[in-house]
Order: sequence, then C-alpha cells, then structure tokens
Amino acid sequence: MKYIDDFRDPALARALVEQIRREAPRPIRVMEFCGGHTHAIFRFGLRDLLAGAVELRSGPGCPVCVTAAADLDRAIALADVPGVTLTTFGDMLRVPGSGGDLQAARARGADVRIVYSPADAVTLARETPRREVIFLGVGFETTAPGVAAALLQAEAGRVPNFSVLSLHKLTPPATRAILEAGEVALEGILGPGHVSAIIGSAAWEFLPREYGIPVAISGFEPLDLLGAIAALVRAAVRGEPAVSNVYSRGVRAQGNPVAQELLARVFEIGEAEWRGFGVIPASGLALRAEFASRDAALRFPLAVTPSREPPGCRCGEVLRGVIEPPDCALFGRACTPRRPIGPCMVSAEGACAAYYQYREQAPAWRGADARGRGGG
Amino acid sequence: MCLAIPVQIQSIDADRNAIVALGGVSRQISLIMTPEAQVGDYVLVHTGYAISVLSEEEAQASLEAFAEIAKIQAEMEMGNGEMGHG
Ligand code: SF4
Repeated sequence: MKYIDDFRDPALARALVEQIRREAPRPIRVMEFCGGHTHAIFRFGLRDLLAGAVELRSGPGCPVCVTAAADLDRAIALADVPGVTLTTFGDMLRVPGSGGDLQAARARGADVRIVYSPADAVTLARETPRREVIFLGVGFETTAPGVAAALLQAEAGRVPNFSVLSLHKLTPPATRAILEAGEVALEGILGPGHVSAIIGSAAWEFLPREYGIPVAISGFEPLDLLGAIAALVRAAVRGEPAVSNVYSRGVRAQGNPVAQELLARVFEIGEAEWRGFGVIPASGLALRAEFASRDAALRFPLAVTPSREPPGCRCGEVLRGVIEPPDCALFGRACTPRRPIGPCMVSAEGACAAYYQYREQAPAWRGADARGRGGG
Repeated sequence: MCLAIPVQIQSIDADRNAIVALGGVSRQISLIMTPEAQVGDYVLVHTGYAISVLSEEEAQASLEAFAEIAKIQAEMEMGNGEMGHG
C-alpha cells in the first residue's frame, strides 16, 4: 500500500543500517518515547539489526501504562455505578487496578463497552437516553483532540447523558521529567510521530536547547525508524543537537492547528499523576470549568480508596527507562500477556508486552536480510 | 494507542465526514481536523478522526534522501574493492 510498502524497502534499510554502524563509534543509547515505536522496532527486528551500534531504550509513551493505579480504580468504580455505561478503547479492559480490572467489573454486571472512536460513545449516549454514558479518556495529544471533538458534538447535539473522565496526558513534560531525573543517560530521543502530527515537530525544540539532546521525529515503518535513528546517531556523534523531522509526510513543524484549537477549547492544562513518575506539573488535560457538567469525575463523585501498585511489578521503572522488562523478576514467569500483573504487559503498546511477544519471533519482514553485510 | 494509519479518502459528505477503506471494510471517519483534505488524499486516521493529510511530495523527498544514502553506500563499497565486506 502507498506510504507503507515504499518505506519497507530492504535495500534502503540496509544502507541506513550500514551508515548507522559506520558512524557510531560506541553504542549510542536512544530512547523511543512512543510505545508504538517499541512495537514496530521489535516487529521489524531493528534492535538486532543495530545491536552494538545503538541501544534502544523504551520510554513512557504508552498511555494505558502511565495511567495511575488510583485513576484506574476510579474508572472501575465508575463502571460499577448503577445506570452507568462506561465506554473505552479496548486496551483498557484488562489493565489491573488495585483490586481487579474492567473485564472483571463487566463480569459482575457492569456495562462496559469498547468503542473505536469517542464519537461512537456520543452516538451510544444518544441512542440510550436513560443511561449515563461515560467515555474513559485515556491517551496523549494524538487522542485528546478527538475526545474534545466528541464532547463538543454532544454539546451541539444536546446529548445530556454523555460525560468524560479525562485522564489525558501531555508528552513533552514526561520527557522533561526523565531528563531532569537523570536516572538513565540518553544521547537521543526518538520523537513520537502521531503526537507530533498534533503538536508539531517544533514543540520538541526545548530538548536540544535546554538539554543538549537531539530529537528525531519518526514514523512507524522501518525506513522511518532507521532514518530517524541515523539522524540521532549523526547528531550525537557530531555534538550538534537539533530536532529533525524524519516523518515530514505526516508531521508539520507547527502541527495541526485545528486539533490544537479543539484541545484549547475543551481542556485546560493541569498536573497529572503518572505511573512510575508521580505527579508531573502541567502534564494533564482536565475539562474546562464551563464543561463541568460533562466531567464524569464531578458528576459522579466517588470516595477515593487508597490504591496500591501490583506487588513486585516494576512497570514504573520500565516507563522511566531505568530498567528493561526482562530485569523484572516476574517477566515471562508470573507475568505474561495471558496473566498480566502490570499494565506494561497488557497494553498493545506496553514495553513488557512487546519484549514478550517478539522475543522468540523472527521479524516479519525481509529487511532482516539487512543484517549480515557490514557485520564482518 | 497513538496508532494512526494511512487511508485514502473515497468520498466526503456535507458534514466533513469521509468514507475510507479501513482493513478491507468501508468506514466513516471525520475530517473536521483536516479542513484541507480532498477526495483521493491519504490521511492518517486515529480513533475515527483524520489527524493529518499525508504529503506526497514529502514522502518522495524522504525516499530520495534514503536512496542517496544507499548510493553513497554503494560507491563506498565499490571503493573498498572488497566483495561485500564493508
Ligand atoms: S513484567 Fe509484568 S510485573 Fe514485571 S514490570 Fe512488566 S508488567 Fe510489571
């Protein structure tokens, strides 16, 4: 398919791998912020292709994973409220809270439904006027504008029984938190492609400016990732940190102005709690006061009970890039995708799930031929 | 969750909803975030909303830049005079 197959060309991939290998004098450690990148990197076998030249470290770019246990507990409690239909993306169903997940809530009679789009939740609210339909808003800047659009659609269409529990988070503050903590030494950051389609590649300029670290915005095909990694290696080795937009077919410097307007219209920026990080200032999106009636947290105030992390789970450290999933003693033993203990093993974007799913699997891509040459 | 995939717009109605083929089935998506999108364009779709119109020129420019790297690589290998041992 156009825009996909062309970016999987094995000969071009091989040239990029060789350039990276030639230019990296030592293993260059790069963090891929985005969980989608983590999965693509595994799927196309890029870690092995670059072994010895580039060390890829997963970051906090999995919205489900960074959702705090207390917020999950609140979502599950909302699902249990009589008369409530809780709508959510499929990823959230099996994420364990302090005492169970949404799937268990559904088993005990809660009305939990998976939707493809937040707009589908508004449609459901319109069709079931006697139910309170809550949309569980989890996601970064990529996802939040659609939720804003759906909320405005409910306003315009006078659908009173639609509300949102906004757990939306902003990505640049999390990146800043990792660099400020200094727990993991990084020489480059692979910038999230679809977050950047909204906020623009220019939104990452603070990283080279304030932290002297290069950023390369990447798409999700092998050439996108290798091209971005090549740009990071070159910038790191030459000591010329900058933002390079290697995903220019989908990402503009200033991002998507309409999406940004939707965000500003519906949300205001506030602090948010992230799993593994605690509270990060100015990193969350709360509904503006004028939409208080659409705020599920205000509409259904629930007593907050103390939450707890799954015992033994090191997902928080995985999200900060401090450890890799196999460093967790439970990885692949007590914790597997079939019986996940922490969210990093559940989500399609979780690092633990990616490591587990692909650890023995040959890359589903003939660009794996790109190995071999140049390694001799 | 930030997954977004390229799809081609087949038709657009008065409310800026578009019909696209997604995984072999026809689906309606919203174009409200991409006012410039036209029939025939490829857009990145995320949770039912087009978030970006893909630029054919930019795609071509990226592929040409990669091809240039491959060309340099090939010339270096020739220059080395060795058979594939870069
Ligand atoms: S392997 Fe399981 S228990 Fe260990 S950090 Fe990952 S999600 Fe948590």
